[in-house]
Amino acid sequence: MAPPRISVGLFVTCLVDLARPKVGLAAVRLLEAAGCDVVVPRAQTCCGQPAHNAGDRNGAAQLARQTIAAFEDVDYVVVPSGSCAAMLRRHYPEILAADASWSRRAKAFGGKVFELTAFLADVRDLADLPERPGPKGPRRIAYHDSCAGLRELGIRNAPRRLLEKIPDLGVAEIAEGEVCCGFGGAFCVKFPEISERLAADKCRAAEKAGATELAGGDLGCLLHLAGKLRAEGSNLRVRHVAEILAGLDDGPAIGEPVTGEPVTGEPDAGEKARG
Amino acid sequence: MKITSNAFRANSRGALQDRNLQDALGNLKRGFQEKRRKAKARLPEFEELQDHAVAIKEHSLDHLDFYLERFEKEVTARGGKVHWCRDGAEARATILKLCKDVNAKRVVKAKSMIAEEIAINDYLEANGIEPCETDLGEYIIQLRHEPPSHIIGPAIHLKREQVADTFREQHSEFPDARKLDAARDLVDEARHIMRPRFLSADVGISGANLLVAETGSVVLLSNEGNIDLSRALPKTHIVVASIEKIVPTLSDANVILRLLSRSATGQEAAAYMSFLTGPRGADETDGPEAFHVLLLDNGRSDLLKGEFERILHCIRCGACLNHCPVYGVTGGHAYGAVYTGPMGAVLTPLLEGLEHAAPLPEASTFCGRCEEVCPMRIPLVGLLRNLRVRLLKKKPDGLATRRRLGVWLFFATRPSLYHGVARLLLRLAAPFGRGGALSVGPRAGGWGRRFPVQGGPTFQEMWRQREKAKRP
Repeated sequence: MAPPRISVGLFVTCLVDLARPKVGLAAVRLLEAAGCDVVVPRAQTCCGQPAHNAGDRNGAAQLARQTIAAFEDVDYVVVPSGSCAAMLRRHYPEILAADASWSRRAKAFGGKVFELTAFLADVRDLADLPERPGPKGPRRIAYHDSCAGLRELGIRNAPRRLLEKIPDLGVAEIAEGEVCCGFGGAFCVKFPEISERLAADKCRAAEKAGATELAGGDLGCLLHLAGKLRAEGSNLRVRHVAEILAGLDDGPAIGEPVTGEPVTGEPDAGEKARG
Repeated sequence: MKITSNAFRANSRGALQDRNLQDALGNLKRGFQEKRRKAKARLPEFEELQDHAVAIKEHSLDHLDFYLERFEKEVTARGGKVHWCRDGAEARATILKLCKDVNAKRVVKAKSMIAEEIAINDYLEANGIEPCETDLGEYIIQLRHEPPSHIIGPAIHLKREQVADTFREQHSEFPDARKLDAARDLVDEARHIMRPRFLSADVGISGANLLVAETGSVVLLSNEGNIDLSRALPKTHIVVASIEKIVPTLSDANVILRLLSRSATGQEAAAYMSFLTGPRGADETDGPEAFHVLLLDNGRSDLLKGEFERILHCIRCGACLNHCPVYGVTGGHAYGAVYTGPMGAVLTPLLEGLEHAAPLPEASTFCGRCEEVCPMRIPLVGLLRNLRVRLLKKKPDGLATRRRLGVWLFFATRPSLYHGVARLLLRLAAPFGRGGALSVGPRAGGWGRRFPVQGGPTFQEMWRQREKAKRP
């Protein structure tokens, strides 16, 4: 008998929605392989970290209530980002603590929120990754642990355990891997020089790990590092871990020029504009 | 010192370009981090001690008045005197008066952050009294007229060669051709300078790592032995301590001490651990004839019972500085204040006013490593976030941010509109994003005009299409 199916609401995250939709497709593919019925509530936008970390308690509370309400009907909420997952799981209950009725809902909600790799590895104990249309053959991937995932959710082994299921794939450890890459949301705009220096240090460490690819679970860090690597002309290719696990890792890496067809069958506005 | 925290951005840019500083910081980070990690690993009950220490601090702050008065009673009973000082000005005036009462010409000082906070050296000097730093790091920065850059390593921003240059420049009594290559040479030379100063000083001034209420003791840690000399040799000893250093008992002090050295330098215990309890007793062979303790508030009592009380748990170990990615590349001077790094970014705005240190709460990626290594479990990220709440409400700094957030929230709280606008924006952006990057901001994150976004359909759009295709 097949294990009972469960319903999972995918919290896409605003960065994945806008900057790397492929991560969302990969997450869905993985969740379906793990026996989940996936829904993507339309009433979600952003987790509210930009407001929360800028000191806007009201704005953060508004988005917290909106997100909680949007995911009321699912068994689990899965997020392809450690920092957004930590926001939903740990910070929503704090943000809404003073509001008696919402506080209860926020706590119940927080309990069913998981970061994608932690959910697949720990909650679902996923045995086999979906079939891989993507590249085969030996490869070495340096894994970047994002701060929020690592320290707020304790995610370290889950993505590595999953990656090691891919034949011929080795995970390379980045020296001083627990050091921040310097993204920090608005920090990278407010303190660009410090942010750049931290990114450069992380890029050097990743290159020294002897890998050709850099993967991680948080698109914020990955966009930041990919931007820096591209500005430097580095050959290290950056992908979200979900893309690799789902086998959707044959197209351009993060920050690489788009060649060929866009991700969906539909010709995109860029083609039309040029034609 | 004069606070220049509002220049943090410019300061940090300078720091990033300073080769000597960057070399010095590279060594410091790795050394301190590794030593702390090993020291913690060697003590299985470290986390239990943390819980205990936090409970001690909570209790002490809940009954601060009681324990401080008990401390005063015990100090007085042993022949010492306690002076209550509301702010830096009162503390400076008190110290000057105590010095003048004994006709002091020369003061030897042990390392003290409170002495830095009240800028006592400049004040004594202006009043004709020579303050001599006796901690090697403090001595070096005194020669260079610099503030400390680190709580426990005030001259940690300097390389050995820079210190040697400073000594050659300032110690004209030594032959030019002398060897100053090794740390040992520098220590020997400094000791040569300091010994006669210890012997001729009229007053010794030190700080306090802890104050013990039950015995009226002042607990001090050092690795150089200078604290004991500053206490034992001059006839008068003055302790400057902030009020939150109080703990009820000696065994409470011991709990915190076991965490402090391990978190600071990775030592099981500092080389010297001194318990200063009153002036020299009739049966004692050394110690000062007069023993004074200044208890400084300077804004701390305003933090009691409020959302920032936890910063008063800080025991000044420096672990948050040693593990902070920002401090690790900017060093301490960029913060433009006595207290630097994460704990300084919290404490400086609270003690000096947010308007004098506005960039500091923002100068964090919120990576959380500071709270992870804080022996007192201070929620530094949360405290910085609370300061950002205040910052956002302030004009004019917060106004631009409030406007930007307002526009973004308008859309983010209207999902249908948000998804429509997102779809439209990405379609418009697609022609520009095919090179793999969109142009945003002039320099953000070092990638500047290469923010790696392609443009095209949003995930929500793709998902709708997929759902539509599934339906019969």
